[in-house]
Amino acid sequence: MIGAALIGVVAGVASGLLGIGGGILFVPALTILLGLHQVQAEATSLLAIVPVALVGSWRQHAYGNLRMHDAGVMGVLSIAGVLAGVALANALPERVLRIGFALLLLNMARQLVRRGMASRRVRLAQVPPGGAD
Amino acid sequence: MGAARDRRRTLKLAAIGTTGGLFSGLFGVGGGAVMVPLLLLWLAYGEREAAATSLGAIAVVSAFAAGAQALYGNVDVLDALLVGIPAVGGVLLGTWAQQRVPADTIAFAFAALLVVAAIQLAVSS
Repeated sequence: MIGAALIGVVAGVASGLLGIGGGILFVPALTILLGLHQVQAEATSLLAIVPVALVGSWRQHAYGNLRMHDAGVMGVLSIAGVLAGVALANALPERVLRIGFALLLLNMARQLVRRGMASRRVRLAQVPPGGAD
Repeated sequence: MGAARDRRRTLKLAAIGTTGGLFSGLFGVGGGAVMVPLLLLWLAYGEREAAATSLGAIAVVSAFAAGAQALYGNVDVLDALLVGIPAVGGVLLGTWAQQRVPADTIAFAFAALLVVAAIQLAVSS
């Protein structure tokens, strides 16, 4: 249980830093640490994401990064995709869903490494020659 | 001309929202993994604006998806609170850090964590 709560903190930090809702860590935490079935973990993760995304976007709004209109349009017009995705998650066998999620995790890791490399290059280029960090 | 551009923009936002929603419903995530790159690519967003705006959309998308999953009887409210409440503290820390800390180290550490989780999931299924 403490492990799951800790993963919650880590997921929140990742959400604030990298702009994702935290579900990418909630789902594995709920299945691996709390023993939920994949589809229940996914459903529960979705509920946990709501307050995180609300607080995160409120902070981002304060920093002037949030384009409210675009976010609203994307959110409201997502409904058809949401219903199809949820129906699919409930129709697919547990094993297929788990393997799919594992692939999602690996792809996310790949994206993060690429983004990390890019921002690292930018950061290192900004340091003057011989200058300390 | 302006109206046509606006319509095209709304269509792109709708496509991004629908794709994000499909992802969200299928995998129980917010959908930021697909919305952020699409915002960067199609609408020429900057990194921070894409992350922030996708997070705003995620609040709506995941609320829809959680509601739909609740109709199937799959939502465990107590477990959602167990990971969700600590995460709210984490997100305050994360948004604060985003303005101050170079994100690359955190991106690498997070990538490693995801690989470990992927292996765990695949092995335990």
